[in-house]
Amino acid sequence: MATDIERVSDQFSSSSAVALLGRVPSVDAVGLEERAASLAKRSIKRESKLWALDLAIRCVDLTTLEGSDTPGKIVAMCAKAVRPDPTDPSIPSVAAVCLYPALVPVAVGQLKSTGVHVASVAGSFPSGLGPLPGRLDEIRAAVEMGADEIDIVLNRSAFLAGRYRQAFEEIVASKEACGDAHLKTILEIGELGSYDVIRRASVLAMAAGTDFIKNSTGKIGVGATLPGALCMMEAARDFFHQTGRRVGVKVAGGVRQAKQAIQYLVLVYETLGAEWMTPDRFRIGASTLLNDLLMQIHKERSGAYQGPDYFTID
Amino acid sequence: MGDEIERRDKGAVTATVPWEYAAAPESKEIVRIQDRYGLFIEGRFVDPLSGRTFETINPATEETLSVVSEAGPEDVDLAVRAAEKAWESSWRDLPGRERAKYLYRIARSLQERSREFAVLESLNGGKPIKESRDVDLPLAAAHFFYYAGWADKLAYAFPNREPRPLGVAGQVIPWNFPILMAAWKLAPALATGNTAVLKPAETTPLTALLLAEVIQEADLPPGVVNIVTGAGETGAALVNHPGVAKVAFTGSTEVGKIIRRAIAGTGKRLTLELGGKAANIVFEDAPIDQAIEGIVNGIYFNQGHVCCAGSRLLVQESVFEPVLDKLKERLGTLRVGDPLDKNTDVGAINSAAQLSRIKELVESGIQEGAEIYQPECHLPERGFWFCPTLFTGVSQSHRIAREEIFGPVLSILTFRTPEEALEKANNTPYGLSAGVWTEKGSRILWMTQRLRAGVIWANTFNRFDPSSPFGGYKESGFGREGGLHGLEPYLDLVPR
Amino acid sequence: MMDRLDVRKTYKLYIGGAFPRSESGRSYPVFGADRQLLARPARASRKDLRDAVRAAREAWKGWTMQTAFNRGQVLYRVAELLQGRRAQFVQELRDAGAPEPEREVDASIDRWVWYAGWSDKVHHVLGTVNPVAGPYFNFTFPESMGVVGIVAPETPALLGLVSRLAPAVVTGNSLVVVASESRPLPAITLAEVLATSDVPPGVINVLTGFTRELTPWLASHMDVNAIDLTGVPEDQLDEVEAMTAGNVKRTVRARVDDWFDDAVAQSPYAVTALMEMKTVWHPMGA
Repeated sequence: MATDIERVSDQFSSSSAVALLGRVPSVDAVGLEERAASLAKRSIKRESKLWALDLAIRCVDLTTLEGSDTPGKIVAMCAKAVRPDPTDPSIPSVAAVCLYPALVPVAVGQLKSTGVHVASVAGSFPSGLGPLPGRLDEIRAAVEMGADEIDIVLNRSAFLAGRYRQAFEEIVASKEACGDAHLKTILEIGELGSYDVIRRASVLAMAAGTDFIKNSTGKIGVGATLPGALCMMEAARDFFHQTGRRVGVKVAGGVRQAKQAIQYLVLVYETLGAEWMTPDRFRIGASTLLNDLLMQIHKERSGAYQGPDYFTID
Repeated sequence: MGDEIERRDKGAVTATVPWEYAAAPESKEIVRIQDRYGLFIEGRFVDPLSGRTFETINPATEETLSVVSEAGPEDVDLAVRAAEKAWESSWRDLPGRERAKYLYRIARSLQERSREFAVLESLNGGKPIKESRDVDLPLAAAHFFYYAGWADKLAYAFPNREPRPLGVAGQVIPWNFPILMAAWKLAPALATGNTAVLKPAETTPLTALLLAEVIQEADLPPGVVNIVTGAGETGAALVNHPGVAKVAFTGSTEVGKIIRRAIAGTGKRLTLELGGKAANIVFEDAPIDQAIEGIVNGIYFNQGHVCCAGSRLLVQESVFEPVLDKLKERLGTLRVGDPLDKNTDVGAINSAAQLSRIKELVESGIQEGAEIYQPECHLPERGFWFCPTLFTGVSQSHRIAREEIFGPVLSILTFRTPEEALEKANNTPYGLSAGVWTEKGSRILWMTQRLRAGVIWANTFNRFDPSSPFGGYKESGFGREGGLHGLEPYLDLVPR
Repeated sequence: MMDRLDVRKTYKLYIGGAFPRSESGRSYPVFGADRQLLARPARASRKDLRDAVRAAREAWKGWTMQTAFNRGQVLYRVAELLQGRRAQFVQELRDAGAPEPEREVDASIDRWVWYAGWSDKVHHVLGTVNPVAGPYFNFTFPESMGVVGIVAPETPALLGLVSRLAPAVVTGNSLVVVASESRPLPAITLAEVLATSDVPPGVINVLTGFTRELTPWLASHMDVNAIDLTGVPEDQLDEVEAMTAGNVKRTVRARVDDWFDDAVAQSPYAVTALMEMKTVWHPMGA
C-alpha cells in the first residue's frame, strides 16, 4: 500500500512519512478492546506454557530507572539478569538490563561476554523535552560507554501539537546518533489519548527507522495495556506488509505477573506471528515480573504453588 | 492443533516455536445427562402418549447423548390444556410483582448453573464453549432478569392502554441458540402474564429440558411452562392447536410462511423471526482491523448458524485487496474443532442435514463461477464439520449471494459508491440486519436511514442485549424480541 | 322555467396522481339509499391494482424521506381542503344512505387532523434508547414499512376510510386503497381532494371495484409490505390472510363497532402497527 512512498533505506523522508500518517487507518476503541479481551482468554498447553515462560524470561529487559540507583544496585541486578535462578542452570538469562546512562559502565563491566545486552534510556528520559543537541549527545555518550540498545521517548510535545515532521526528524536523528546500537522509541501511549493516535505514533516512529516501538516509560499512571499493545502490534504487522521491515515491540509499565506476560505473547503470536516470538523482536520491560515467571516455572514443574521466600530479590 | 505452526510457517524461526493452545479444559463432568427424557407437562416429566422417542446426538462426535420423547398431537393437547388451566387458575391473575419474582428466580438459577448449561449446549449443539459460556448463557439469564422487571411495570409501557395477557403462547424455537431462544420466548411471555408451551428444535432439546428442571426448582405453578420435544409435526400440532392464542416462531422463512398460512383466519397473534442475508458494508475509511474482526465475528460466529449473520460482505473497491489479504490471514488463525475446547473459534455444524445444505450451496458457488478460498483446515473424522470459507468474485445473482447458507461461508462483493452499496445491500427479500463500517458519522446515519433492516450494527456486528429490540423487515419476519417492543406481541392493548 | 341540467361527474380511479378509467374498460353501478342509480364508477382490474402498486412504490421513496414535519403539514392541508368540500361529502354520504352524514364528515376531518399531528410524535411514544450492557449507544426508532394495501370498511364509507388511511400514510408509507364497494363515491371525491393537495402523486392510490376480486391480488402482491384487512369480509379472511404469507406481509385488521368513538377508532398504535422498528448499535469509544 505504501510502495509509492519514497524511502531511504529503512527510513522514510520526512515529507513522505507525514503523508503516510494521513493514511493510517482509524481504530475503533471498543472493537480493539474486545479483541484484546478475547485473546486474553486463550489458554495454552502445559508444554507450551513452559516454553512461553522461558521465552518471556529471554525477552525481559530487567529494568531499574530510579534516581536512587547506585552501582551496588546495578551489580546485583546484573547478577540476577545473567542467572535469574542461581539454583537452576536451565533458566536462561534475560535479554537486557535497562538503566540510566550514568550507570551504563557498571552494567557493561558486569555483563561482559554474558550475552545480556545493556540498554540505556537517553534523550531526556522520560519527558524528552531537553534541547535536541543535548539529547543526541546523551545517546552518543551512552553508546560510547557501551550501551548497545537505546530507549528514547517520542517527543509528545511536538507530536500532540501536530508538529509531526519535527517528531519524526528527531527520531531519525536519534537513530543516527545510535550508530550500531538498537533504537527503541517509547510512545508513552498513556499520554496519547486515543488508539488512533497510538497507531499514528507507531507508524511515525517505524517510518523514522526505529528498531522497536515501546509503549510506556513506566513513569506515568498508565503503563502497559493489552489493547494498547495490540494496537501497536497491528501497526507493526501492517508496516511489515507495506515495507518488508520487521519492527520489534516492547511492552513495559505494570507487567508484573507471568499470566500477563503470556497474554502479551498470545497477542504477539496471533497478531504478528511466530517470527516475532524472539527477543530480537519482542521485549518486556519489567523488574518484579522475573520472579513471578520463575515461580510459575517451578509450579509447572513441581505441581505446587510457590512462595516468594524461595526466590531471590535483587 | 500442532499444525497451526506449520500452516503459518514463514521462516526458520517458526520451527522453534512450540505454541499450542490447550485442548478441552472444559469438563463434561459438570453435566448430568439422563438416559431418557419425558415431556415437561404441568410441572412434571411424563412419558409421551405417542409412545415415540428419538435420539439426540453430539454433532461433534455423532455419539448419542440421550433419548428424547416425541410429542404427538395428543401430548401437545395435554400441554396446551395444562397451560390453559394454569393461565386461568393462577398465572393470569397473579400480581405482576409475584410473576417477577418467579422470573428472577429463573434468571438466578441460570446464572448459578451457567457452566453446566454452557457445556450441555455445546455438547448437544456443537457451538464453541467460549460462545455458549460467554454469550448464550449470560444473555439468556439477562433476558429473564430484564423481563422480570417488566412484569410489575407493564402499566407504564404503553401510554393510555391497559395491557392484558393473551392466554397460551405456543413457541417454536430453532437449534442455533437453543437456550437463548427459549429465554427470548419464555421471559416476555411469562412477564406479560401468558403461559407457554415451548417446542425446542429437534436436534437441540437438552438445554430446554434442563431449563425445565430449573423451572421446577423455581416452584413455578405447574403448567405455566410446558416443554414438548419433537420435530416439525410436533410444532405443527402446537401452532394449530385451538387453545393457543399466540404463536411465536423463530426459524426459516420457509417454515414461517407455512405457519402464517396455517393460522390464517384464526385470529391468533403471530410473531416471526425468520431468515436473513445481511450485508456487512466496509467503506474505505473504516477502522480496518476492527472491521476484520467484525466480519469474522459476523459470519464465523456460531459456525454461521445465525439468522442475522453478515453473510454478504460488501467492500469498497479501493480497499478490497488489503481487506481480502487481512481476512485470509485472519481466517488462517481460526481454530476449528472440539466445541468444548475453550480455544475453539468454530465448532461443529449442527446436523448432517445442515452440513449437506451448506455443501450444496458452496458447490453452487463454485459452479456459478465464484472463487472459493479456505485456509488449510484439519477437520475431525467423525462429526459434522465445515471449514471457514469465503468466496470472491461473487455477483448479486449468484445463489450464494441470495440464499441463506446458515454456515461459515462468506460471499464478498465490491462497490464503488455509498449509493451502490445501499442498492446491493437492500436488493434481497430479507431484511433482518446490516453492518456499516466507516469513520464518517454522517455516512453511518445516512446508511442507517436507508438500509431496510431491523438491526443496524455500525462499526460492530452481532451484538445482542435483552433491552435492545431485535427483528426483521420484509421476509425476515415481523414483531420484535427484546426491549419495550418485545412486550407488545404478548399483550392485548385495551383502550383505557 | 325548466331547471338547469346538472353536469354529472364521472367517477374514475386514482393512480399515480392521475384519474384513469379501468384499463379493463369496466364499470359498475352504484345505487343510493332509495335504490336510485348514483353513478357508474370504474371497476378496477388486477392490472389497475398492479399499476397502483408500482406507482405507490415509486412514490414511497420520496414520501418516506420527507421530514415528519413536512408530512404533518401536507396532511393537515388535506384536512383544510376536506373542510372546504364539506357540503359535497355530506351530500354524497346522504345519497349513499349514511345515517349521520354531517357528523361523519366532521368526524372524518377531525380524525384527519388528529393523525396528521402524529407524524412527528409517534417516535416519542415508541422510539427508545436502550441501556445495553456494554459500551454501545443503542436506540430504536420507527420508520415506514413501504407500500401498504388498505381494504377499507364498507361503512362508514368516509370515516372508516379516513380512519384507516390517515394512520398508514402519515409516517411515510404509500398506499393502495380498495374503497368501499357499495359506497365508493366519497373515496373518489377524497382522491380529488388529494389530487389538489400537496400529497405527492402515487402516495395514495384509490381503487374502486369489487372488494372480493381485488383483495386477493393485493394480498398476494410481492411488492406490498403490509395490508390492512379491515374491509375484508369474514368469510374471505382465511384465504386472504394465507395469501399474505407469500412475502411475509404484515397484516392488521381493525375491529371497531363505533367509528365515531375516538377512544377505540383512533390510536397511535394504529400508526405504529404499520411501521418497522429499526435498532441501531454503535460503539462508544474515544
